[in-house]
Amino acid sequence: MTGWSTHKGSALALAVDNIDTDQLIPARFMSVPRSEGYGRYLLHDMRRDDDEQLSAEFPLNRHEGVSILVAGHNFGSGSSREAAVYALVDAGIRAVIATSFGDIFATNAINNGLLPARVNAEKVTQLQQAVSDVPGELSIDLTENRLTLGEITATFELDEGWRLKLINGWDDIDLTQQHYHSISAHRDKRTKTTPWAWPTKPD
Amino acid sequence: MNAPRTMLDKLWASHEVLRREDGVSLLWVDRHLVHEGSHHAFAKLSERGLPVAEPGLTFAVVDHYAPTRNRERIADPKIARMIETLRNNASRHKLRIFDLNDPAQGIVHVIGPELGLTLPGLLINCGDSHTSTHGAFGALAFGIGATEVAHVLATQTVWQRKPKAMRIVVDGNLGFGVTAKDIALNWIARLGAGGAQGHAVEYTGQTIRDLSMEGRMTLCNLSIEGGARFGMVAPDEVTYAYLEGRDYAPSGAVLEGARRAWQGLVTDEGAGFDREVTLSAAEIAPTVTWGTSPEQALPISAKVPSPELADPAKSSSVRDALEYMGLAPGQPLDGISVDQVFIGSCTNGRIEDLREAALVLSGRRAIVPGLVAPGSARVKKQAEEEGLDRIFRDAGLEWAASGCSMCVGMNGDVVAEGKRCASSTNRNFRGRQGRGARTHLMSPAMVAAAAVTGKITDVRPLLQGRAA
Ligand code: SF4
Repeated sequence: MTGWSTHKGSALALAVDNIDTDQLIPARFMSVPRSEGYGRYLLHDMRRDDDEQLSAEFPLNRHEGVSILVAGHNFGSGSSREAAVYALVDAGIRAVIATSFGDIFATNAINNGLLPARVNAEKVTQLQQAVSDVPGELSIDLTENRLTLGEITATFELDEGWRLKLINGWDDIDLTQQHYHSISAHRDKRTKTTPWAWPTKPD
Repeated sequence: MNAPRTMLDKLWASHEVLRREDGVSLLWVDRHLVHEGSHHAFAKLSERGLPVAEPGLTFAVVDHYAPTRNRERIADPKIARMIETLRNNASRHKLRIFDLNDPAQGIVHVIGPELGLTLPGLLINCGDSHTSTHGAFGALAFGIGATEVAHVLATQTVWQRKPKAMRIVVDGNLGFGVTAKDIALNWIARLGAGGAQGHAVEYTGQTIRDLSMEGRMTLCNLSIEGGARFGMVAPDEVTYAYLEGRDYAPSGAVLEGARRAWQGLVTDEGAGFDREVTLSAAEIAPTVTWGTSPEQALPISAKVPSPELADPAKSSSVRDALEYMGLAPGQPLDGISVDQVFIGSCTNGRIEDLREAALVLSGRRAIVPGLVAPGSARVKKQAEEEGLDRIFRDAGLEWAASGCSMCVGMNGDVVAEGKRCASSTNRNFRGRQGRGARTHLMSPAMVAAAAVTGKITDVRPLLQGRAA
């Protein structure tokens, strides 16, 4: 994964609260290998009618090249399905702005270079109003936790560890492998002090 | 003198390998449960050519896509491929797999406890948000995404920032016909679907102590629906009795040592919580959801809310939910017609849940179709030994094999567009049970009552003279 510090892109409102992971990608598409791309399944049932056609009333269907969504409250609640993040990323989304996020969703987002930017409700409403129908150019600066859309400037909240991870494009497995010795020391100690933590073998 | 610590503090400390400068901990994982949906993670592992670090601590389960009928010939090639991929990954990495025909197969969160893989004091991960279920034993159990699953497979550890500690105290006696499901829906309705975000919830109080392990699992299972990634209950005699003689659980001298360790796991007197919420069990009634988020739940005696009267911040979600659910404001919940019912899932697919539903259904006929999918093959066998399958069948419901089934519809068990289903599951999200499906969450006994009357209905009169 490559890191990033700034992004300037086209932002659009998706002013709905509680967009859960089942809406982000319905379960029936999750058997697809990632290499096929998940972008077309993003918000599938919300965006498409029964004949799979994109419905014209849905703002996201009317504009191409949107890379930032200004959502509502509790975005990405629900399941651990990382496919919800794949759908966003594969559809070209780099950041989601909301007042709050589902915990596992936010972790998954960071692991895929997608910014879950937590902004207070007042600012989210202002941003939503500014790009409710027509996208606007929004810039994000991860080094200063700041975003700007025309006259509106807002700071966003982001876990410090996550911020560094996004900027540096760190990969957790690489990071953890550096701690190999601490892990095996922990394991050894646990085997001795906590033998019951290992399953007995019934078969 | 050591400062008093919470159960969370103790569990965290015993699993912390190290803590980074930014406060994020690297935690040791005692059990890692994988299922068909873990295919992305195995693919990531192959890309790097890495082995599974601890195959002996990793267990594979076929559940999400498990067909509940005609298992011998899986008609849908996508489903067959998902199961086949898990088999291949399990065999490549030498993992114990609980495959379709294994007598111990079942939903991952049902079989973990059933097999004694779930124990107090462990850290348990699974690529499924309802992993919080296992916290009922006094374990640190939480769901993770595919990148994290790959990380656990490769390193047997997980990076995690310690959540804040929250305590939900429930005291008093639960009323007649009121269950753990109702406790959960109540606190979620009160605090909101994001109400416990960033917190680990410990449930305490006499009502919790009085719950069976099944009830505690239901409660911890639903913690995620209130935004908490962790739900837990301190281990006690009820826990130990449940674990006795379980396949993978310790025995003999090892068990004695374990018991000593487990007894020390409880939150110390005077330990501080970041947040505390108190519920009175006596005030909880059988509860049902009317909307598309688990927080949209009300007692059975209530009416469908009106968007105008709702908190202004929520009025548009109320309006959208009512439109999707095809309900009118002011309509009594009791009496809403349903098209079908479902009993099962890791929330309410255990033996006790089936017994509760059967108690209502015994000697009665369902007037709408319905499916009963036991949480595991063992639950199924036990239910058959107790004659519960006959009760379900005689009532006109279908008795199927175990798996996630209609909880998520991945195996093809879906609710048709626009149909209304009374369901013992955990999510009433739009499209969760199938595109356009309308889900009402409730306890298994309430689902049984809906089957009998064809309507959402108060189970209590139907239980008169039947329940203890
Ligand atoms: S029963 Fe439902 S919630 Fe439970 S593991 Fe299966 S899909 Fe997830």
